[in-house]
Formats: sequence, C-alpha cells, structure tokens
Amino acid sequence: MTVHTAPTGAPADQAKSAELSFIGALRANMRDYGLLLALILIMLFFQYFTAGVLFKPVNLTNIILQNSYIIVMALGMLLVIVAGHIDLSVGSVSGFVGALAAMLMVGWKFPPELAFLANPIVAGAICLVVGAAIGAAQGYIIAYHRVPAFIVTLAGMLIFKGLSLAILAGKSVGPFPAEFQLLSAGFIPDVIGPTTLPWLAENGQNVVLHTTTMVIAILAVVGSVFFSIRTRARRRARGYDVEPFSLFVVKNLVIAVLVLFFAYMLASYRGLPNVLVVMGVLIAGFVFLTKRMTFGRRIYALGGNLKAAALSGVKTERTTFYIFAIMGALAALAGMIYAARLNSATPKAGQGLELDVIAAVFIGGASALGGVGQVAGAVIGAFIMGVMNNGMSIMGVNIDWQQMIKGVVLLAAVFFDLYNKNRSA
Amino acid sequence: MSKTILEMRNITKTFPGVKALSDVNLDVREGEIHAICGENGAGKSTLMKVLSGVYPHGSYEGQIVYKGEEQHFRSIRDSEHKGIVIIHQELALVPLLSIAENIFLGNEQAKNGVIDWDETRDGARKLLSMVGLTEDPDTLVTNIGLGKQQLVEIAKALSKQVQLLILDEPTASLSEKDSQALLDLLLEFKKQGITSIIISHKLNEISRIADRVTVIRDGRTIETMDTNDITEDRIITSMVGRSLEDRYPGREPKIGDVVLEVKNWSVYHPQHRDRQVIKNIDISLRKGEVVGIAGLMGSGRTEFAMSLFGKSYGQKISGDVFKNGQRIDTSSVDKAIANGIAYATEDRKHYGLNLIDHIKHNITIANLTGIARWGVIDDLAELDVANDYRKKTNIRSSSVYQVVGNLSGGNQQKVVLSKWLYANPEVLILDEPTRGIDVGAKYEIYTIINQLAAQGKAILVISSEMPELLGITDRLYVMNEGRIVGEMPTSEASQEKIMRSIVRAEGKAS
Repeated sequence: MTVHTAPTGAPADQAKSAELSFIGALRANMRDYGLLLALILIMLFFQYFTAGVLFKPVNLTNIILQNSYIIVMALGMLLVIVAGHIDLSVGSVSGFVGALAAMLMVGWKFPPELAFLANPIVAGAICLVVGAAIGAAQGYIIAYHRVPAFIVTLAGMLIFKGLSLAILAGKSVGPFPAEFQLLSAGFIPDVIGPTTLPWLAENGQNVVLHTTTMVIAILAVVGSVFFSIRTRARRRARGYDVEPFSLFVVKNLVIAVLVLFFAYMLASYRGLPNVLVVMGVLIAGFVFLTKRMTFGRRIYALGGNLKAAALSGVKTERTTFYIFAIMGALAALAGMIYAARLNSATPKAGQGLELDVIAAVFIGGASALGGVGQVAGAVIGAFIMGVMNNGMSIMGVNIDWQQMIKGVVLLAAVFFDLYNKNRSA
Repeated sequence: MSKTILEMRNITKTFPGVKALSDVNLDVREGEIHAICGENGAGKSTLMKVLSGVYPHGSYEGQIVYKGEEQHFRSIRDSEHKGIVIIHQELALVPLLSIAENIFLGNEQAKNGVIDWDETRDGARKLLSMVGLTEDPDTLVTNIGLGKQQLVEIAKALSKQVQLLILDEPTASLSEKDSQALLDLLLEFKKQGITSIIISHKLNEISRIADRVTVIRDGRTIETMDTNDITEDRIITSMVGRSLEDRYPGREPKIGDVVLEVKNWSVYHPQHRDRQVIKNIDISLRKGEVVGIAGLMGSGRTEFAMSLFGKSYGQKISGDVFKNGQRIDTSSVDKAIANGIAYATEDRKHYGLNLIDHIKHNITIANLTGIARWGVIDDLAELDVANDYRKKTNIRSSSVYQVVGNLSGGNQQKVVLSKWLYANPEVLILDEPTRGIDVGAKYEIYTIINQLAAQGKAILVISSEMPELLGITDRLYVMNEGRIVGEMPTSEASQEKIMRSIVRAEGKAS
C-alpha cells in the first residue's frame, strides 16, 4: 500500500555491495505491490461470493468500460493532488463537455458551410480543446492569482453544472452517430481473424479467441520483458546493484501471467475495447511523464515544498497552470466516453464523479498534503472502487450499503497507509 | 556544592536498527545551568525527549531520578506536572493567537470552560515582565520577532511553575542582541533557583553561562566538565573525538578578475510599499574570492541576496547586475541559475529542500536539464550525479534514496550544497551555511567552500557568526539597515572593527 514511500528497488542502489538477499528484496517489493495484491484479493473475494460471475469475460469487459472515465480523470487528478491542489470541478466539466459533444453532433442544426463541426472527429477535437481551456482558465486563477484550488474548482463545479443544464435546455440529447459510439461501445477489429480452441470447449461451445487481442498482449509482454532485461543490464554495466535474478524472473513471470490471463479473458469475449486502448496509451504516457520527464519531477518537487521548488528554478506557476489544463482535457475526454457509453448526454451526467476520482487517487496512496502519489496507485485505486461496485451489484447489495462500504474502504485504505508509514518511519 | 536535582542513569534508547543512546548518564545540580554539547545526531535531543516523557517510560532502559524519586513519565503532561518544561528548537507557538492566549494554551485561566480574560491578560502581563517583555498581551505572536517569541515561550514555561527548564538550541535563530538578552535571563533565573539545561552549538555562549557541561558523542556520555575546566577547545575535542587544531581549514586564495558586479541595488518591502529595505547597494565579487557580508539580524542581508536571486523577495527592485562586464538578467530564478548564480538559503527546511523526497531528487532539481534530453530524464545519469555529489560532499546516508527529512542538519546542508554545486554556478551565495550544524560538519562545509574558491568560483557568504566570517573569507562587507556601511579585507578585520562600523552607521542614521 505504500507505493510512494520508497521508489521501486530503492535499497538496490547501495552502490556496489553484494547482490541483495531474495527475502530482503521481496519485502521491499511487497510494499510496492501491496495495493495490487489488495486488488487481486478483492477480486478473488467477489469471484467467490458472486459464484464465479466476476471473472466471466463479459463481466471483466464491463468493469473496464464502467470505470474507464474514472480512470482517465484519475490520471489528471493524480497530478493535481501531487501538486498539492484539488479539482472539484471535473465531474461537472465532464458532464458539460458531454453535453457540448451532443449538441455539436446532434442538437444544433448548423448551416451547410459549418456542417463539418458536427463531424464526430471535429466535434471530439473541439471538446478536448474546450476542456483544456476550462482547465487552463481555472489553473490561471489558481496559479497566478493564488486563489485556493478548492474554491476555484468549487465555483467551476457550480458553473459547469449550470451550463450543461443550459445548453441541453434540461433535456437528454442523443443518440450519437455510430462512429462516436465506437469510443465506448467499440472493440478493436480482429484483423487476423478468430482462433477456435476446440479442446477448451465447454457445454458443446467452442472457445473462440479474438486473435489480434492475444497478439497485442503477447507483444506487450515480450516488450516489457525486453525493456526490464535491458534496464537490468544497463544498471549492472554501470556498477549498480540489481535485484536477485530469481526475484527478477518471478516478478516478470507474474506480470506476464496476469497480463496474458486478462487478455485471454477479453479475447474470449469480444477482444480489446477501444476505450481500453485509449486508457492504456494514457496510463503508459502518464507513468512515463511522472517517472521520467522533467515536467513530472517538477510536479513532485513543488508539491513536496513549493518554496524550495521555486527557489530551485522550477516555474511553479506555469507548472500548476499546465496541470489544470491537462486535467481539463482529461475531464473532457472522460465526458465524451461517458456520453458515448450512455449514447446520450443528460443534464445530470458527471455529477458527483469528482468524488469517485478523488477517492481513487487517495486509495492509491497519494498524500493530501501533496508531493506523494503514483499513477499506478491511482489506476489500481480506481479499479478497487470499480470492482467493489461491480461485485456488490452482482451480489445484489443495496445501493445504500454499497455507499457505506465504499466509504469504509476509503477510510481504511488511507488509515492503513498512514499506519504503515508511521511504523516504518 | 548544592544537591542533585536530576539524575539520569544508564539511559539506553533503541530505534529500529539504531542505538540512539547507550548507557548515558547525566546529573544536574539544583540551581545550576547545565549545558549539553554534542554533534548533530549525537543523541542530545533524544535524551531530552526521554527526560520530558515524549518517549514514555518503558520505551527506554535506565532510570530517571528527579528530586530523589524515580520517575515514570508517560507523556509531556506528566513531566510538566513535576515542573520540567522543555522548549524545542522549533517554537511551539500558534502565530495567529495572541501572546496571552499562547502563554496559557492548554492551561487556560478558565472556570467551567469559560475563559476569564482579565485573569488571562493580567497573568500574561506579569509573566511577560519576568522575561523582560513589555508587549501588550493581546498582540498576535506573528507580529513580534523571533527573539521575543522565544521569550514568550519561556514565559509560557514560567506559567507552568517550571523548576527545571530545558532549552534546545534557544539562540540558533536569534540575533546577537537577542541571544545576549536570553542568556542574561537564564542567569537571572539561576539566581531565583530555577535549574536550566541548555543544548547549544555556540561554544562561546556555553563558556559564558554554563556551570557545568556534559558532552555526548555517538549516544554516549563522554565527560562532564566543571566551570573551571570549561574551554572551547576542550569541548570541541570531546565532541568530535579528535582535536581540531583549527576550526577553519587554511587555504591559499587565488583571486582573479571581477566576475559579478551589482550596482545601485534597491528593493522595497513586499507588503509595505513605501518601505525601502535595500538602499542602493553596490558590491563586487572576484573569481576565486570568498566574500562575507556581516551584519546584525534584520540588516537586510538575506533580503538583498533573495532579491538578487530571481526577485525572490520584495518589489520595485531596481539596479543592475553585471557578470564578466556584461549586464545579465536575474529577474526570475531560472534566469539567475542560467546566468550562473546560485543561492543556498538560510532556512533549508522551508526554502531549501523537499523533505519528503530522497537525496537524489533533491540534488538534481535545480539542474534537471543537465540529466535530461527533450524533457526525458536519463535515470542512470541522474543516479551517477547523485552518487558523485554524495561522495564529494561526504553526505552520510545509507544511499541516495534516503529521505532528506531523516538526515541530520549537517547532512541536509550538504544536500543543499550538492544541489547548487551540480547547477555549476560561477557565483554562489551561501546564506548562513553552517546554521544549526555541528562543529565537525561545519569544518567539512568550510572545506567545500575552499575547494570551490580554488576552482575559481566567487562565493558570497552571509553569516551571523563573526568568527566564521573572519575565519573563511578574504574580504568583508558590513551591512546595516539595508546599506553597505563598511568594506575591509578580512586580514584587517576584527569583531570590534565590524561592530564599530555598525554602531557608527546607527549613530548616523538616527
């Protein structure tokens, strides 16, 4: 659960000592992977109590589709929270952008020379720009005029809640053009063609795999193993310690098995959802941004100590401004995914989503004081909430109980995290 | 000799993985001022936390005997109940409450939960007069200076019927004048029979007021000295376990051409628009030269340096900066860094370091472009840089992944220095580079300064410790009330001469 207290493999860098013991390295890794382990345990729990429904291919696909917009926004919210701010407006902004998308594509009747605006791609691009502009406007007030983000985005929440009502004139608008629906309802085409696995037939039904999905998964696993081997070799060549080979193999093996298992599940339904491709690219991009890019490093620096970062030459205002602009663009994307999934824009869309997004980031181990938090944690945090929603719904748990249980889980996760940190300090 | 008021016997305190104290013995006599010395991380503060119940009975081994009885303090409340009050280095006052409210915080003058404000104010006024303050008790703490805040802390201790007062580095951030006042106050308390324990790095203060000195090193008691035996040299020898022949490493200055010139620099206060804080300052620095700025607290030294470094302080800043004869733009921190200027702050915890992050990230943050291409950080190059500077500046840590907040003051300062060394400046401004760090680490930092000068860098040192300035610089500026009031080669300078420049300027100003 303490994804953030020590970077992966931290103790391995005591320059040029003997190779670390397997147990010691395992323990260091357990702390990093605790959250993932918690997610897997929760999934197994619901697998048992839903009599095997949770892991059905169709249900796993559903979990991804149901939580995609939360995860997309959690990526931006992670940056916001690490920078020591908060964004309460993302739910309303996503709702507003969904409404804007609906009006552009369906609601407004454009004269012929402006008809291109209703094209799903053009409309989608406009929506992203509008989202980024909304985020930038809020970010400008927060960064350069030092109005607390809590207040600016609380105001934004009210404003955009009202604006979506206004442009939709209080009605639901839909359905969307088929191309736009593909964003949420579509799956990648099986360019290779289906593979039938007769030996896995169940009740006389063959298992038919979406071959392209499996190929992509295998390529991803091979790529990830290749990069970890290369990183290990580079570290070793420079004289730095690496984790024990046995642990390295086990770690890569576990990840490969998990990825292939989920790919298999998805492939035996309809394959890789389009939205998962979008999410995958975004997650990879944000991991890279936070771990390897100077922009990401500066976010952690200013969240950890704003004054020290400013006195080290970090342009704190500009960085904060960009963070909110990114958040706005992601909220716009999430709003479109949400609208495409419902196949209509409703005045109530997006309301309250900000709380799920913020909860996901905190469950994922981010600190409310800023400076601490990981992309992987936020994504897993979102899935923990998502799996619980899904599992409890299948079990037929009432919505009132669901809310309470989720509240308790949020509290317990953060409490446990702090407890762990205090003990290790 | 008077009788023993406190005896700590064979105190051993272990943290996971470290033995912070082993078999420490301390005996304090009634009515004395007892100083505790030791390098940072030697265990002084831990010992005081054991005594005051921050670490409750049972979490350590050994005995505490106070006034002849063995004590089992389970919290600060227990020890305060017996008249033992500790004043920490970081003051525990609430800035936006009044002096009176702060004095009686947790000990409110109240009946049935309703505060009696007359009682509170009168009580506060009485306590304030005991510490020599005439402030209105309704003044907010944030509106009085650090020195006075320290005195309010002491007044607060007095309100708790203190019999044993413990002060953890009370003068670390006080000006010379405030320090003197505080020390005089302790002597006054001594006459009234209050026993004090003072932890301090300032050896001149200790030799002035302490009756006895206990030196702690590496979690062990080294020795306790009586008044007659106290000399600075002997304290230093016990503290570091070796004799420092000279507190300042020697060097052969090789001074080159003028590298930095500041002309006609003026700055106004950030809030009070009409108050000019820095008044038409001209200074110059040469290659390989270590230049000091002496002056009292509040003379504007830090404000000058920060306004120069990317307008980080003040408003309506005017004046010119020339490097190697060419005018340069220092109007933002990144421009100042790009133009080869670095400023290491006096307040490393608030302005210098990201305490929750590790050494590696703290070292590279001011020069990320040095290890990145197209905004992508080369993590192995970064690791090389961090390890390199960790070695160069001798940062004592398990690895570069140790969180900076867990390092001792001296090692934190070395991280700050490493950060600025890696930014590779031509001009390095060091603001109180050795504040609150121990003798051994100070020596290491002086050595680093000398090496930098030998590499041809120009170094500007701001320090409130005059012996330090006299020991390490080549030339001195004296600053007072926002003006340069004196300039002299260090070879011709003395503490008296510096003070005379300041006093003469004060006379002219009034």
